Amino acid sequence: MWYNTSAVTDSLKAAESGGNDSGWIMHHILDSRELDFEPFGVIHLPEIHLFGIDLSITKHVVFMWLAALLLILIFWKVSKAYRKSKVPHGISNMMEVLVVFVRDEIARPTIGNGYERFLPYLLTVFFFILTCNFLGLVPYAATATSNIAVTATLATMSFLVIQIGGMIKNGFFGYFKGLIPHGIPFWLIPIMFVVEILGLFTKPFALAIRLFANMTAGHIVILALLGLIFILKTYIVVPVSVSFALFIYLLEILVALIQAYIFTMLSSLFIGMAYHQEH
Amino acid sequence: MILGKIFALLLFSTGEAPGSPLDVNPGLIIWTLVTVALLLVILKKIAWKPILNSLNERENLIRESLEKAEKARVEAEELFEQNKENLKKSEAEAQKIIEQGRQYADKLREQILEDSKQQSRRMIEEATQEIERKNAEAFSKLKDQVADIAVSAAEKILRENLDKEKQMKIITKYLEDLSKN
Repeated sequence: MWYNTSAVTDSLKAAESGGNDSGWIMHHILDSRELDFEPFGVIHLPEIHLFGIDLSITKHVVFMWLAALLLILIFWKVSKAYRKSKVPHGISNMMEVLVVFVRDEIARPTIGNGYERFLPYLLTVFFFILTCNFLGLVPYAATATSNIAVTATLATMSFLVIQIGGMIKNGFFGYFKGLIPHGIPFWLIPIMFVVEILGLFTKPFALAIRLFANMTAGHIVILALLGLIFILKTYIVVPVSVSFALFIYLLEILVALIQAYIFTMLSSLFIGMAYHQEH
Repeated sequence: MILGKIFALLLFSTGEAPGSPLDVNPGLIIWTLVTVALLLVILKKIAWKPILNSLNERENLIRESLEKAEKARVEAEELFEQNKENLKKSEAEAQKIIEQGRQYADKLREQILEDSKQQSRRMIEEATQEIERKNAEAFSKLKDQVADIAVSAAEKILRENLDKEKQMKIITKYLEDLSKN
């Protein structure tokens, strides 16, 4: 219930200003230029402007880097352990379960032959999203995956992997030819072509929105439940709010796992569909 | 990136409220791209390749070990069967040898018995013949002896009874008979 400390101060500020302002919820969800460690202080992040683009380091960038750093450290350790002995133990064992899960339950069944080529991307995306999701559940941390720019970029990468994978396997023109299902009347072909091309874009769009919405919603619900205490200005709702917030928090652990799985699973599925078009 | 911009255009054409969760920050897109791409490259090099390789290696090792164990088991079973068969065969052979030995011994015994019977019969025959021969010999010897004894006795008798008067009487009588005729 780390939200409490900062949520309390924010809510008090909102109450002082006298408005029924919900801005403090957004303050926790949105990206910002500073790392909040209330009541200990605030770290201001550097602003960078290059080629007319705002490349400032924001809160979500920091936590993405933290996730990446964690992953690199963990897997550096794991692969070092593998070099020592073939029998895994400790953290290697746990990571191996996840790696084998992505390989045997996600990549192999959905892509089939030639799945090895896409395994590094799928594993990276899976672990990156998983770590970002979990970091969002850590006190004072932020969820990078609840930012639509991040999820859209991830989805765009999946989109590129899907298209390039399909084109490598089937050839540039063969890939677009394969998009149209066999055995349809020829006058339907232009319409089907447009529909299928649209479909290519809606898939990653759905990927981005799904991850973003899921990761944002849980946090908003937790904050709203805690905010109820300050909106109603009574201690009576505290047990209800806290227990419900705790429940949502536990649910969020599940959601963090499920969303990482779904993003990877669907990316893998779409790669499989583009890679083996005959199915 | 392109998609992100499309999203931005789609979502914010209605007018941006400051601080909406649907805000797309192009800087963040670039940072995400850079972070994930770098993470992909680094993890691929330091983690995925060695981990997946060693996983495959281990799986192969386990599969091979299982196959080997299975093969060894089958071989052992075969060997066991073979041993059992060999044992059976050698037992049968031993039985045969014993049987043969017994038969040979039986035959030998019978033959020896037969031989000894024949020999004894021959010996008996020979003995009988010998006895008969000896008998005959003894008999003939006896006969000779008896004849000798008889002749010598007759000689003695003849020597004692031969005197003149008697002889004369016999002769005269004989002569008288002759003259009467």
